Amino acid sequence: MPEVGKICDKVRSKNAGPFWLTIDIFCGSSDAFARLSGGLSTKRVAEALGTDTKSIKRFDIKDLNVIKISLPRPVVQGHPGDRDMHGAAWASVVAELAVD
Amino acid sequence: MTRILVPSGALGLDYDKAALERGIQMKPDLIAIDGGSTDSGPSYLGSGVSKYARSSTKVEWKGLIEAARTAGCPLVIGTAGTCGTDGMVDWLVDITRECLEELGWTPRVATLKSEQDPREVGKRFASGQVWALDGAPSLDRKTIEDCTHIVALAGAEQIQKAIETEAEIVIAGRTTDTATIAALPLMQDDHAGGAWHGAKIAECGALCATNPQSGVLMVEFDKAGFTVHPLAYDARATPQTVLAHMLYENADPFILHEPGGHLDVTDASYEALDEARVRVEGSRWVASDRYTVKLEGARVAGCQTLLMATIRDPRYVESAQAWIRDIGHRHAKKVENRMGLAPGAWRCDLRLVGIDSTLGELETRPGSPTEIGVLCTITAEDQGTANEIGKLMNPYLLHHPLTSEEEQPTFSFPFSPAEIDRGPVHEFCLHHVMTLSDPMDAFRLDVINA
Repeated sequence: MPEVGKICDKVRSKNAGPFWLTIDIFCGSSDAFARLSGGLSTKRVAEALGTDTKSIKRFDIKDLNVIKISLPRPVVQGHPGDRDMHGAAWASVVAELAVD
Repeated sequence: MTRILVPSGALGLDYDKAALERGIQMKPDLIAIDGGSTDSGPSYLGSGVSKYARSSTKVEWKGLIEAARTAGCPLVIGTAGTCGTDGMVDWLVDITRECLEELGWTPRVATLKSEQDPREVGKRFASGQVWALDGAPSLDRKTIEDCTHIVALAGAEQIQKAIETEAEIVIAGRTTDTATIAALPLMQDDHAGGAWHGAKIAECGALCATNPQSGVLMVEFDKAGFTVHPLAYDARATPQTVLAHMLYENADPFILHEPGGHLDVTDASYEALDEARVRVEGSRWVASDRYTVKLEGARVAGCQTLLMATIRDPRYVESAQAWIRDIGHRHAKKVENRMGLAPGAWRCDLRLVGIDSTLGELETRPGSPTEIGVLCTITAEDQGTANEIGKLMNPYLLHHPLTSEEEQPTFSFPFSPAEIDRGPVHEFCLHHVMTLSDPMDAFRLDVINA
């Protein structure tokens, strides 16, 4: 099964303030957007990120061919348990998910 | 029309000088730049220091002072010194004095201070004037009063008061990313939705365009909306790059909360005017009933000691996960036995660089590297305790065998002593807003002799 990162142009992740993370999937085309919007379930994303679906805010933005996923940071930025101060690596978790 | 020139996303990140020169030629009404954000973690706010080097800050700030003097317009910086504490406003005032002396110029300088007395915030919390935002940690009065620094994020209203002093240079403490850009267009009755939306698009400089590192951007605000114009010769804004910037560091791509209301860009339209410029209309500003400002606060979360070892022996590389689990257990027991410390009073994080140190349990592709870095982070109440716990860890990272039968191994330490004391570490503890009866209630504006 192909991965999200192979279908889209780019996935990026970043803090949205110290308490939230946000992941942007730039699909690059309406075809890729349709495929990911339908094929990548919020449940799969939540499982991969170690959270539940109700914690996730998801925006499928057709005009931009972008899917945006925001969630409260599982570990607050800068806490001794935080491994990734800027939230940079969460993009890879999503990029490497297989899509039906 | 109001023209705001934004030289870059933050003072310290540098800007394209030729593009800045073009911006000056276009006769801006104001030059606005940001000095920071929370993005680099709680330490900057917690200890009240700048992330960027003083030398970079001075060179770039001096260039902007000269630009503002040539353009004959005010220069406004928000969130001075990364965190926007009072001390960081004073730090930038000192730098400003040096620059002005070197330039032989004596303009009017205003400071806007945003820092809050934790006890005062504690009182307001107790009387119900402090409200949790979505995702906020639980809060009590003691946590607030433990904060080493608390800042309130100034909005457009406070920046407008500073502009009204007719200062040529405004140095503000913590402000929202957008306030320094939106303030003047709002004062001049430009479209309110357009003012906030254009400010959000421009807050990181040319990040909303191609060649994002060029920094320099002009935003033209008017009665119906705004136009984005990146000024480096090879930078272009397209509807796509502009729209995409609403996503940046923002949990909700359509709504942006500011003091006094929120911006809604759901119905905004984006049109390419030519190869470089984008026109935006249709954004809405929705005023709120009460005036609130966001608070940021950080407190000391303990002190840390680090150890780092590298492992090259293939057998240990292969069994590294089991090896650090074993070390973790043995070390914890030793800390309890030798130091009498209860398990909850300290923590030790052992991370394998090259295996899964970035993602931990979320990693689905642990590496099979030639070598592994073992990063040990110890957090305890004070530095002496953290260092002592580190010394108890040292022999394990140097010599711990996988089995009791084998010859004692030795691993590689890059430093001596192996323990590196990091000093105090901080944590963010506020994700809250505070109600104000007047926007200037929590802020202090002064015109100073620079």
